[in-house]
Amino acid sequence: MSHEIRPAGVTPEFRFREPQIEMAHGAGGKASRRLIEGLFAPLLLGASSAPLGDAAYLSICGVQVAVTTDGFVVKPLRFPGGSIGELAINGTVNDLAVSGARAEAMVVTFVLEAGLSTEVLRAEIQAMAEAAQKAGVRIVSGDTKVVEHGKADNMYITTTGLGVPLAGVDVNPRSVHPGDKILLSGPIGDHGITILLARGELDLEGDLRSDTRSVFPLVDALVRAAGPGVRWMRDPTRGGAATSLNELARDCGFGVILFEDAIPVHDAVRGACELLGLDPLHIANEGQFLAVVAPEFADAALKAVQGAPGGEEAQIIGEVRDQPAGAVLVTTLYGGSRIVDMLVGDPLPRIC
Amino acid sequence: MKYVDEFRKPELITKAAEEIRRLADSPRHYRLMEVCGGHTHAIYRFGLKDVLPANIELIHGPGCPVCVLPMGRIDDGLSIAAQHGVIFAAFGDMMRVPGTQGSPLEHKARGMDVRIVYSPSDAIKLAKTNPDRHVIFFAIGFETTAPSTALTLLRAKAEGLRNFSVFCNHVTIIPAIRAILDSPDMRLDGFIGPGHVSTVIGCRPYEWIAKNERKPIVVSGFEPLDLLQSIVMILAQLQKGEAKVENQYKRVVPWEGNRAALKAMAEVFELRPYFEWRGLGFISQSALRIRPQYAEYDSEQRFNIPGIRVTDPKAAQCGEVLKGVLKPAQCKLFGRECTPENPVGALMVSSEGSCAAYYNYEHRKASVVTSLGLPA
Amino acid sequence: MCLAIPGKIIEIAPDNESSALIDVVGVRRRVDLSLLQDDRAVPGDWVLIHVGFAMSKISEADALDQMRTLAMLGESEAAIQEVQGYGLEEAGDKRTP
Repeated sequence: MSHEIRPAGVTPEFRFREPQIEMAHGAGGKASRRLIEGLFAPLLLGASSAPLGDAAYLSICGVQVAVTTDGFVVKPLRFPGGSIGELAINGTVNDLAVSGARAEAMVVTFVLEAGLSTEVLRAEIQAMAEAAQKAGVRIVSGDTKVVEHGKADNMYITTTGLGVPLAGVDVNPRSVHPGDKILLSGPIGDHGITILLARGELDLEGDLRSDTRSVFPLVDALVRAAGPGVRWMRDPTRGGAATSLNELARDCGFGVILFEDAIPVHDAVRGACELLGLDPLHIANEGQFLAVVAPEFADAALKAVQGAPGGEEAQIIGEVRDQPAGAVLVTTLYGGSRIVDMLVGDPLPRIC
Repeated sequence: MKYVDEFRKPELITKAAEEIRRLADSPRHYRLMEVCGGHTHAIYRFGLKDVLPANIELIHGPGCPVCVLPMGRIDDGLSIAAQHGVIFAAFGDMMRVPGTQGSPLEHKARGMDVRIVYSPSDAIKLAKTNPDRHVIFFAIGFETTAPSTALTLLRAKAEGLRNFSVFCNHVTIIPAIRAILDSPDMRLDGFIGPGHVSTVIGCRPYEWIAKNERKPIVVSGFEPLDLLQSIVMILAQLQKGEAKVENQYKRVVPWEGNRAALKAMAEVFELRPYFEWRGLGFISQSALRIRPQYAEYDSEQRFNIPGIRVTDPKAAQCGEVLKGVLKPAQCKLFGRECTPENPVGALMVSSEGSCAAYYNYEHRKASVVTSLGLPA
Repeated sequence: MCLAIPGKIIEIAPDNESSALIDVVGVRRRVDLSLLQDDRAVPGDWVLIHVGFAMSKISEADALDQMRTLAMLGESEAAIQEVQGYGLEEAGDKRTP
C-alpha cells in the first residue's frame, strides 16, 4: 500500500459523538469505523487522506518496512482448530500479508489476569511458538502486565509485526476499476461460527473448526503469478467479508458485485447460519483473504491460489462494477439481488 | 440442505417467475400483502422483487412482533432486570431495540446482566445454573412462538423452579390483519398468509378474509419457490374471480393447526382485553397474558412495573407504513433521522421490519437493477 | 416469529421421549418434541424447528408433490399452445419427463 497524498480522500470525516464505548465499537463494523475515523485517526494520524489499510508502510533510513498491530480478545481461549495464541500470531502475519508484505519479526504484549493457571498460559505460549515457527516469523521482544482477577478475561494479547514488502505488488484501493475480479481464498464463516458454538450459550454443536492459519503462502503464490494485477487485498476478520468488501467499495468508489452461488461456505456454517438467521458474509474469518485482481490476471491468480496447499477452495466470487457505487450487491443465478451492508456490531442470532 | 435447497433451485424460480408474468400480463395493478415479517425478510433476502413484473406490488404487513412492541414495554422489562441480581434473557432480535434509556445491549454495557437465548428453554437452564438469581425471560412473538413459551412455563412449574418468570408480550395475528382491512386507506387484492403462525393456528382462522372481505389468502412457506408459488396461486384465484383460503405450505402446515400447541397456549395464556401495538394503537383481544394460576411465573405479577406509555415522535409515520399505506422511503424520517443504527420508529428496530429491510437490502439498489439488465 | 428450519431427528433422548437431538447439515441441537404429541416423530423424521421446539413434521410426500407442481409450471400452458398450433382440438398431455 503506497502512501500518496491525494486530494479529497474518499474516507469521510466523522466526529465521534458517542458518550461511552460499547461492545459494537470493537466488532469491526460501522461502529468500529466511527470510532477509528472519528477519534483515533484525526487525533493520531493527522491529515493523511490515505484510506486506512491493514498495515502501514514506512521508510526508515531508506529501507521500506511494513508494520501492523492487532489485539486479541477471545472467549473461550481454546476452541476447535486453535486458540488465542495462534490467532495472535496468524492475525498479524495475515495483516502484513494482505498489505503485500512478508512478516519477519514480531513483538508481543500480554495482559494477564491474576489467577490465570500457569498451564493455560504455557499452552498458549507453546501455541504461539509453533504458529510463529510455521509462519517463519521471529518473536523478538515482549512485555507482560498482570491485572486483578476479574479483568482481562484470562488474557489479552497484542502482537505488532514488522515485514518486508513483496516485490511486484502495490495494493491500493484507488487502483481498483470496474471489470476487476474478486477472489476469495476459501470458505467463509468457519471461525466465527466455531467461536459462537464454543461459547456454549446457544446449545449448538457442530463439526466445525476455526480456520486460523497464515495466509502468506497463498498470498505469495498469488503475487508470484499475478503480482502486477493485484489491486487490493484484505483479510476479512471481525465483521466478515461483507465489512471488508464494503470498505473496498467505499474506498474505491465503485460497486462490488458478488455471485452468491460462487461463494464457498461449509455445510455446517450454512446450517448454523440458517438456524440462527445469520449471514455467512458477516461472520469472522481468521484464515482467509480477499483480493481484487485485474481481469487479464484473474485466471492465473485463481490457478495459483488453488494450486497452493490450503487454497484448493479458492473462487472468483464477484467483480467490480460502476454501480451501485460505494455498495456491495449480492446477485443470484435467477436474477434476484440484495445489498449487503456492514453490520453495526456483532451479528446477533434472531428468531423472527 | 434438504427441504431448503430444492425450494431455491434457480431454474424453477425462473420458471415460476415466468408463470407469474404470464398470469399478471394485463393492465391491472396487483397489490398483495405479505403479513409476516419473516416473509418480508425472505422477499428482500432472496431479491424476489427483482423477478416480479412491475404491476405486482408487494405491501409489507404488520407481522413483525418486535416492530409492534411499544417502547414502554421494553422499559418495563428492563426496569425489572435493573433490580439487583436479575438476569434478563431474550432473543437476539430484542437486543438492539431501544427503550427510552437505551436497548438491552446498551444496558448490558452499563452493567445489567443481559443474555441472548435461542430458546425459552435456554432461559430455564440459566435459572437452574444461577439458583440465587432471578431470570426473567422477555417473551415476544406471535402464535408461532407462544406455545414454546407456554410449554417452558409449564416445565418451570413442574420442576418447581422459584427463580424464573416470563414477561409476556405475545400477540395474535388475526387482529393485526383485521386492523389492516379496517383501514380506510387500504386497497389490497390478496394476502400471502403467514406460514409458521399457521403451523399452530391452521388455516381456518383466515376463512373470514375470503368469505367476508372477498380476498384470496394463500398460506405460504418461506423459500423463494414457496413465495412465488403462492403468488401464482393468488393470481390464479383473482383471474377466476375466486376468493378462498389455500395452503401452499402443505408440507408443514396442517389445515386444522397443531392441537398440542393450541392446548398449551390455552392452558397458560388468556387474552388481554386490549393491548397497545406500536404504530397501530390499542387493539382489543390481540395479546396474551399469563393466567392467574401461573402468577408465580408472570413477571408482571411478581414485580412492580412502571407501565409507562411512550409515544412515538409525531413525525414518524410508522402507522401508515405498517398498514402499507406508505412505502418506507416515503416516510419523512427514512434514511435521515431514522436508520437501523438509530431507529426512531418501530419498523427500523427489527431487521424484518419493512423500513429496516428496505434500508438494508434495497434502497441503494434502485439504479443498478435496470443497469444490470435484470428482469424487471 | 418466522424463522424455522428443517432438521433431521438423529436420536430421541433415552430418559425423555420429548427431547431429541436434531441435525441441520452437521450442526446439532436438542429440541423439544412436546408439540408433536399427536403425531410422534422418530429418528429419521424431518421436523420444522423454531426456538428449539419442533413445530411440525415435514411431509416428504407433500414436498415431492410441490416439486412436481413447480416443475410443471407453465408446461401445461406451453403444451396447449403447441397443440393449438397444430389445429387440433384436444390439449395433448405433452409433459416432458
